[in-house]
Amino acid sequence: MARIALNDVRKTYGTVEAIKGVSLDIADGELIVLVGPSGCGKSTLLRMIAGLEGITGGTISIGDRVVNDLEPSGRDIAMVFQNYALYPHMTVRQNLAYGLKNRNTPRPEIDRRIAEAAKALEIEPFLERKPRQLSGGQRQRVAMGRAIVREPAAYLFDEPLSNLDAKLRVQMRVEIKRLQRSLATTSVYVTHDQMEAMTLADRLVVLNGGHIEQVGTPIELYEKPATTFVATFIGSPSMSLLVAPATGDGWTLSGASAMPDGTATLGIRPEDLHLAEEGRDDTFRADVKVAAVELVGAESYVHATLPDGTPIVFRVAGRSRIAMDDTMTIGAAASSLHFFDGRGMRLA
Amino acid sequence: MHTVAFPNKILPYLLVAPQIILTVVFFFWPASQAIYQSTLREDPFGLKSGFVGLANFSAVLADPNYLSSLQVTVVFIVLTALVSMGVALLLATTADKVVRGQTLYRTLLIWPYAVAPAVAGMLWLFMFNPAMGTLAYLLRRNGFGWDPLLNGDQAMALIVVAAAWKQISYNFLFFVAGLQAIPKSLIEAASIDGARGTRRFWTIVFPLLAPTTFFLLVVNTVYAFFDTFGIIHAVTGGGPAKATETLVYKVYNDGFVNLNLGSSAAQSVILMIIVIALTAFQFRFVEKRVHYG
Repeated sequence: MARIALNDVRKTYGTVEAIKGVSLDIADGELIVLVGPSGCGKSTLLRMIAGLEGITGGTISIGDRVVNDLEPSGRDIAMVFQNYALYPHMTVRQNLAYGLKNRNTPRPEIDRRIAEAAKALEIEPFLERKPRQLSGGQRQRVAMGRAIVREPAAYLFDEPLSNLDAKLRVQMRVEIKRLQRSLATTSVYVTHDQMEAMTLADRLVVLNGGHIEQVGTPIELYEKPATTFVATFIGSPSMSLLVAPATGDGWTLSGASAMPDGTATLGIRPEDLHLAEEGRDDTFRADVKVAAVELVGAESYVHATLPDGTPIVFRVAGRSRIAMDDTMTIGAAASSLHFFDGRGMRLA
Repeated sequence: MHTVAFPNKILPYLLVAPQIILTVVFFFWPASQAIYQSTLREDPFGLKSGFVGLANFSAVLADPNYLSSLQVTVVFIVLTALVSMGVALLLATTADKVVRGQTLYRTLLIWPYAVAPAVAGMLWLFMFNPAMGTLAYLLRRNGFGWDPLLNGDQAMALIVVAAAWKQISYNFLFFVAGLQAIPKSLIEAASIDGARGTRRFWTIVFPLLAPTTFFLLVVNTVYAFFDTFGIIHAVTGGGPAKATETLVYKVYNDGFVNLNLGSSAAQSVILMIIVIALTAFQFRFVEKRVHYG
């Protein structure tokens, strides 16, 4: 158990700056998810915490120790790798015991911890098997087990679910959340999947191009994205961004005071838009032409364009009768509008 | 498995013919000749030969010279394989850590493989010849009684070093490839699991190299058996006092120098059986302990 503090952490490869000064405080027992598109530096940052990558500048501390110059083994962390990295020549039991043996843990203690972890992860039947005799999901559990038996100060997860099929991924996601709750150990979890990020995180860190865009709870990020990057990254389908003020008669806001000064971009989520009806108090109104309709089961997403050609997506419940090339008016309430300035920063 | 049907009946035979012809001409025909020869005895003048059944075999197996040659061969093979694989593994693990100039380093290490066995033998002979060798001079000046012409153990050491040196490059290439095939994340997982240096090597890296090591063990055994004739011939000629006369060298010596063709043929048949048995044994028992992936 420990808090992790990153202080102006930097990483350069030659002349390329991969991490551009990241500061972050992770509370004891917290599950932090680092999320961002590929190449944003999230894995690099995790590997720097683990000690697998050197630190060019700044400090990383785990607990009350600065770990910059410590070997990975000296940092009291355990890591779950994307490809699981199980030792293929050892049985599951030997895989779990390896890290403890290297630390001269007494035999009875090793057995006790393996028994506990195996029970929690339901891998008891496989303890004497080799990794190649296990399915993907089972290997994933073993990789988790190898981290758990170490009882480290912090867990680091490097996209641990990305090699699983969709159904298993959802199942393991729930299980990781449950385990992390019961163990109450500080965890840093890297993923590119925003659904995974939203559902797992106590707090989310959105990274883009080596710097932090925003840190906050999933709901904060969803409701009040700090930048247009976060706005479009969190939520699926993405928030639609419109140039503001409107060019021509593309869209209108009723009430002149609705838009803050300096607004360059207006953002609206698909789920906040609806077909305009009489008597509904919509601040935002737009006439659109349908380009495509996606039915995803309980709801449909309509991809449409404004008269000036700007794309916009909105959600309608159930199976809609909307067809391609239909024209209609859509609207949104004042509370659901997001305003950004010319640099993409949130206003108000 | 998908089977391919050729429309033409003759084409498949034509396609495998080159390999079949090579095997027949260079293996089956000489091997059958050796078996045939091994049952004959020539008269001292080479005018006629008579069938003697297995007499050549019983004579060879009862010959103390043959048994001592067998012992020499075992010592030679074990030492050569151990030295060449050990040094190659050491160089490969070191080369794996080199960041700058890796290609140059590897290229230089591969060169000895291109040297012909007899030339390699001469090279080492020049360095360690007691009369004119530079290194032999250094050894003696430092009080070491170096004389492979009289001391059998030293002669053995010299041919082992020469034979191993030539094979190191080959082993090195395979070990480097083997090391590169180990996923980086496994090494990282081990370093997080607190295994460092030699402990990490023996518990993680070496077991994962096992398929490579096993393959090289087979190749090196066969190499030390058959391909080292040139080295022995150039460096020691089997001496002193037959201390470096391996089975292959004895086949040559008895057959082509002493012209005892029947005995020589019997020896080569025995040699063939030994190598077949050894390779079968290696695949049957050692391979079971090898982890493929």
